[in-house]
Amino acid sequence: MKTLRFVRVSWMLQFKMIMRSPFDGVGNVIYPLFFATTAFFVFKAGDSPRTLIYASLGAAVMGMWSSVSTSAGSAMQRERWWGTLELLVAAPRHFSLVLFPSTLGLASVGIYNLVATLLWGKFAFGIPLTIEHPLLFALSVLATVLAFAGLGLLFAVSFVRFRAAWVLGNFFEYPVWLICGFLVPLALLPTWVHPIAWVLAPTWGMNAIRESALGGTPVPDLLLCLGLGAAYVVVAVLVTNRVLDDARARGSLSLT
Amino acid sequence: MAAIEAEGLRRTYKTHTGTVRRRAKEIEAVRGIDFQVAEGELFGLLGPNGAGKTTTIKMLITLLIPTAGTARVLGLDVVKHPTEVRRRIGYVFGGERGVYERLSGYDNLRYFAELYGVPPAEQKPRIEGLLELVGLRGREHERTEGYSRGMKQRLHVARGLLHDPDVIFLDEPTIGLDPVGARDVRATIASLTEAGKTVLLTTHYMFEADALCDRIAVITQGEIVAEGTPDDLKRGVGEGTVVEVEVYGVGDETVERVRAIGGVTAVAVEEREQAQVLVVQTGPGAELTQAIIGCLDGSDVGRIAHREPTLEDAYVALVSE
Repeated sequence: MKTLRFVRVSWMLQFKMIMRSPFDGVGNVIYPLFFATTAFFVFKAGDSPRTLIYASLGAAVMGMWSSVSTSAGSAMQRERWWGTLELLVAAPRHFSLVLFPSTLGLASVGIYNLVATLLWGKFAFGIPLTIEHPLLFALSVLATVLAFAGLGLLFAVSFVRFRAAWVLGNFFEYPVWLICGFLVPLALLPTWVHPIAWVLAPTWGMNAIRESALGGTPVPDLLLCLGLGAAYVVVAVLVTNRVLDDARARGSLSLT
Repeated sequence: MAAIEAEGLRRTYKTHTGTVRRRAKEIEAVRGIDFQVAEGELFGLLGPNGAGKTTTIKMLITLLIPTAGTARVLGLDVVKHPTEVRRRIGYVFGGERGVYERLSGYDNLRYFAELYGVPPAEQKPRIEGLLELVGLRGREHERTEGYSRGMKQRLHVARGLLHDPDVIFLDEPTIGLDPVGARDVRATIASLTEAGKTVLLTTHYMFEADALCDRIAVITQGEIVAEGTPDDLKRGVGEGTVVEVEVYGVGDETVERVRAIGGVTAVAVEEREQAQVLVVQTGPGAELTQAIIGCLDGSDVGRIAHREPTLEDAYVALVSE
């Protein structure tokens, strides 16, 4: 109960900070609309309403992913700049538990990205907003948010050890759009890409969201997404102490 | 059992020089120090910038792993039992960093109360009590980005006390504060030992160490060069005299000439508005005023004064050796 309360209160405070940041706030409002507009113009050439819905959902998850991949790194970097990273490490809570509400807060902003993109598609481009399985759709979005938070946690732990790793967050933003089938079906990509896509939860989260919206069978994708998300969390928890011990031995925690 | 024990504590850092041809370099920040702090004691670690004070504190609060030696807090080894140590210690550092500026002071404290597992029912009264103690009552719901340096510093103190730690580490807590703000923080520090807490304070303000500390260790270049009560340290230079000479435009060469005079134990230059004050410590019975003035040939000389040594002089003598 204490742990759940900690996650809830920390998530709320992290969310408050994200919303109060002019950079993050404006970025999160504007970027999804750019993604969506670009995707709509590209896919409009196909002239198929189903393709447009496909692109609309892809653009929505692109926004969610961008929020986590770029912000998880910069959030850790900010903790260094603010001088709060050492205070977090000096607290008795397991450090991965301290980081999780932060990445969960960033992933939660993705829900806004999703809603904004879908509404933008409907009102700006006339894309019908019909969800075949609303409950499964909601569960798929939730599973995707949690899996993204897990992946963000794994990123954040590595950002603690490698100061320059926050740049990798930006680096991972675009390949994941492509590899995980946000815009182009995985089947169209070379076969050597498929194993990479399979170990990335965004692939299954994207599938689950599409299947539930377009009327397919999202449950297997949803479970795979959750399973991979949980695996990321387990790996992050297992490596956290080793990463921290290394940072404590090198004396790199206070460096910006 | 001592509250804090350090035995042969050593810490080196690896760094690199050069851009294309990088060369590894090892810096010894702390060179095997030993000290003990008794329960309920206010112990000062006094030293110039770069002496190893912060490195020592960071090893004791588990943020750095020592290169060699051992350290225990309340009998717990800081390397083997970091989580247990963290539960029982508080850490406050000086400056404006270490605050979530987009959150209010209250939310900052709430977050750290959760981080330290303060029971929910106790959080509100404890936060309110600490806000009262550090004088932030009435401003707690404002975002901390609008706080003055002193307010942020007082918030740090409140944060460090949230979980009612037994041992508190204060790393230059009054640095950069105005006199009134610094006085308030010092009053809070003094009240901690009255409440039975053990405090390790690092500072380079002599009067602060003199006023607050039961015992002091002077650290310079990673080594403890003296340890004792403030009075013990003052006695170390107590038999000599201090000559203060007001000068204008004195250079390093002149200072070295003064330092070379027989009977001079330490020389320091203090900047005071437009003038400089050459503070020369001399050994017992030495009358060196004429010799000192003789070395200042070419410099404008103002007021000359003689006085008894203070803790600051003891400190200057120790760190100059």
